[in-house]
Amino acid sequence: MSNQAQYTIKEKPFYQAQSDEIELYEAAYTARLPVMVKGPTGCGKSRFIEYMAWKLGKPLITVACNEDMTASDLVGRYLLDANGTRWLDGPLTTAARIGAICYLDEIVEARQDTTVVIHPLTDHRRTLPLDKKGELLEAHEDFQLVISYNPGYQSLMKDLKQSTKQRFCGFEFDYPSEAIETSIVVKETGIEAELASKLVKIGGAARNLKGHGLDEGISTRLLTYAATLIKGGIEPKAACRMALVRPITDDEDIRVTLDHAIDTIFA
Amino acid sequence: MIDETIERSEKSQAYWEQLNCRFPAADRVFDEYILEAQTLLSEEGVSSYIDHARFIGKMGRGVEPLLVYLEEAPSIASLVGEKILPEIKDFVYFLSTHTNFKAIVPFLQSLAAVTRRLHSDEQLHIYFNLIKKMMEETSGSVHGHHTTFPSPGLPDLLKQAPRLLSQLSLEGFSNWVDYGVRYYKNHPERQKDYFTLQSPDAVAVMQRERHGTLLIDHERQLDLYLRSLWQDGDYLVPYSLAFDELRKPMPYYDHMGIRLPDVYDDMNGVSGINRYRAALAHMAAHRRWSSQMVVDNWSPFQRIAVEMFEDSRVEYLAMQLFPGLRSLFSALHPIPNEDDLSHTEMSLIRLRLALVSRAILDSEFKLEDEVLKSFVVRFFDVMQAGESSSPDMADIALSFIARTRRQTDASPNTYFDNTEVDYRDDNRHLWIYIESSDEDEQFEHLEEQKIQDDVDTLPPRHYHEWDYNAQTYRPDWVSVYEAVHARGNVQVVDQILEKHSVLAKRLKAILDALKPQQKVRVRYQEEGSELDLDVAIRSLIDLKSGSQPDMRINMSHKNDGRDIAVMLLVDLSQSLNEKAKGSTQTILELSQEAVTLLAWTIDKLGDKFAIGGFHSDTRHNVRYSHIKGFSESFNDDVKARLSAMEAKYSTRMGAAMRHAAHYLEAQKAGKKLMLVLTDGEPADIDVDDDALLIQDTHQAVKELQQQGIYSYCINLDPKADEYVADIFGQHYTVIDHVDKLPEKLPQIFMSLTK
Repeated sequence: MSNQAQYTIKEKPFYQAQSDEIELYEAAYTARLPVMVKGPTGCGKSRFIEYMAWKLGKPLITVACNEDMTASDLVGRYLLDANGTRWLDGPLTTAARIGAICYLDEIVEARQDTTVVIHPLTDHRRTLPLDKKGELLEAHEDFQLVISYNPGYQSLMKDLKQSTKQRFCGFEFDYPSEAIETSIVVKETGIEAELASKLVKIGGAARNLKGHGLDEGISTRLLTYAATLIKGGIEPKAACRMALVRPITDDEDIRVTLDHAIDTIFA
Repeated sequence: MIDETIERSEKSQAYWEQLNCRFPAADRVFDEYILEAQTLLSEEGVSSYIDHARFIGKMGRGVEPLLVYLEEAPSIASLVGEKILPEIKDFVYFLSTHTNFKAIVPFLQSLAAVTRRLHSDEQLHIYFNLIKKMMEETSGSVHGHHTTFPSPGLPDLLKQAPRLLSQLSLEGFSNWVDYGVRYYKNHPERQKDYFTLQSPDAVAVMQRERHGTLLIDHERQLDLYLRSLWQDGDYLVPYSLAFDELRKPMPYYDHMGIRLPDVYDDMNGVSGINRYRAALAHMAAHRRWSSQMVVDNWSPFQRIAVEMFEDSRVEYLAMQLFPGLRSLFSALHPIPNEDDLSHTEMSLIRLRLALVSRAILDSEFKLEDEVLKSFVVRFFDVMQAGESSSPDMADIALSFIARTRRQTDASPNTYFDNTEVDYRDDNRHLWIYIESSDEDEQFEHLEEQKIQDDVDTLPPRHYHEWDYNAQTYRPDWVSVYEAVHARGNVQVVDQILEKHSVLAKRLKAILDALKPQQKVRVRYQEEGSELDLDVAIRSLIDLKSGSQPDMRINMSHKNDGRDIAVMLLVDLSQSLNEKAKGSTQTILELSQEAVTLLAWTIDKLGDKFAIGGFHSDTRHNVRYSHIKGFSESFNDDVKARLSAMEAKYSTRMGAAMRHAAHYLEAQKAGKKLMLVLTDGEPADIDVDDDALLIQDTHQAVKELQQQGIYSYCINLDPKADEYVADIFGQHYTVIDHVDKLPEKLPQIFMSLTK
């Protein structure tokens, strides 16, 4: 089935386990329990799901949620064509049909009334009513629903309803420990371990400032950006300023402090 | 005159005769002076030095000026050249003839120290001119041209000059002097207080003019530094280096916080902020790695050795973590001179320790002394094993003292050159004393003062005030006390509302017409202002596919709330008690009615709203009454306070506006408006210059503008046109018929916010 093929992950994504999350996820998948992953931005949530889909050999359908998304963007809709109308499955419906893992990224960005459509898929029913089409879709036995969100920048307005929350089992992600993060940066970009550990130290310095003017620390993703730039021949301090400091803050004091931290660590 | 013959050389005798002086006091020390002058000055120089001395001796101001001149002049001339000698004489003559002869001795006395600070004769000329100007401005005269009274502050200024110049640049010094002259010209006593650095504003202005990096300006950056790199954080408390001449305080930390100097100049190419960082890094390293030790049995020498090795250890560990610290520490750590180990007269213990410390820090630094070297090696051997510990360092330190002990260590004459590491703290945190010493402050625990908290008043807040003459702010000039306004009879307010019920009805009509701004889309409407394309297409598809289409395909807009915060600031000065022209009511009563109606209006509109009243009795006592806060509704409490409004004292508007602005600033709103209701110009009884408070208020308006606050004045003074535009620009309304105020005020508000 070509549809299925395009969602299959061909190459093994690099993922460095932080603890026993891989085994736990496998257990959740065996029971087909819906899964929620939480954690700050750029700490490896999406990579983890990608890796698990590859490991389990299942197709992965990712939906980036946003405020304007409606229920029919998930479920599907009729389209006009020359002869009248034609039904088009939405990503959630597709996943339920072909038995894929459906990954709703940053689910809190979607409006609360939209997210309610996932409810029947996430309990014992495992069905998706397509009321416009007049079909009750039974989910494929391999289908699993995964959502992710970042509790960090949660505003009062952006939270999941209790009735949504209590349908998932949860994984809490955080930035990896220094040693693991160093090895991630090394494997992702191929720079020397010593350089990578310095980058990780800068990341740690910035993470200490969370809540003191920074909403979020420097993510692992940004660290790999910096490492990539250094690998490409950019002078380390300049690469760090460009990749690590400038994107995350407009606050003069924090910028000066982090610039100094870079100078201190890259002596 | 006691005839005392003094044997002196021929040359010296010739100079003595040239001096032509009969003071025995001068006679006794003359030879020493001449000896010094001859070593420092050229032949002509000495000759002119004696000539000037002779002149000063014959001025008739006693022997003191002569002696001080003889004493100081050679070293001054040797620093900036002999050209300066005649100028010194001229200046002394100038002081003497302009009734300020009492300043001669302080002038001469401090001149050498001043010269050492200023280095060049150009700078010294500026200094002379500064002193001259200060003297002319502060010396009193009776009829306008002859100065008859000496300057009260001049001698004190001259005495303080060296200390001031050690802290300030010449420009800062000039600003500091100007400030004192400007404000205390006519108060001899306070002038003296200022120029002796006794008065708080003298200290404050000096602090402001200081060069270097001020802790206060970089506190947040340093706090972030501690947090990000050291996961540490504490209060950063400044102490001043300016006022302890003998013992310079060192950085330290205790349970009250981390103490740092209030200002750091750049040093050895290290910027002030980096010096702070170095000091913080050192202390943070102690806080992470040092442990406390019992020291009752250690001698002072042993203690300083333990301190040094422990300092080196924590720095070593810190540099392992953050290699960039090495360049910082190396630049700041002094480089002691090993050759001086040969001194036999001095206690060299500090030198030996500094040498070892430098050698540990800086691998480039080569030690010759084998014993010292062996301790450096021993230090690194211990550190090889890991973090080591404070007691390990104590072991090394104690054997260091034992091995390197010398007879001269007990000598009171201690070698200090290049041994002080000024970013290191005083290590008081390392020690535990089991026995408390006699000096212990036994009363420390008794003095916990009970703080009485009075719910109705707040501690004073200090605000600066703009001085348009100097184009600077006077720091912390005005004290504002805030209190909740007294309560009166609620019914008064209700009666007012009843009285104006007709007006209220009219206002209500305007209110309804006043559409709030924030637009929100309302979708799924059967009838609306626009077609909602998304929904329309969906309905069409439904229609074509045979299902029931949704008819609600229009959308409209509605306005969701006004995002305005309003602060009404009411002038409650004495003049409000007057009867309004053409009315039987006082201005206060009319204001009260107007404010009541406005409060009612805004309450109906639902905007965020606060009312404050103010009056002042000199800069030390500006009263701000809290009538309604932003979080309070227009309830009986507020009404009770409104009805108790009373008027007294003066109008210091700028301070009140700054105070009110800090509440408004804390509000989250798209638009912030400050309405000032007043009946006259800003004035206070301690200010003679009418323009001063007008300019200050204008400055306050500008500050508010920068904070995003729009200020608007409603003025009841028919003559307001003369000044109100200077303060508020275009943003004002003058109400000529005060009796129309209750009607006008809400209208003005509404037209402003329409």
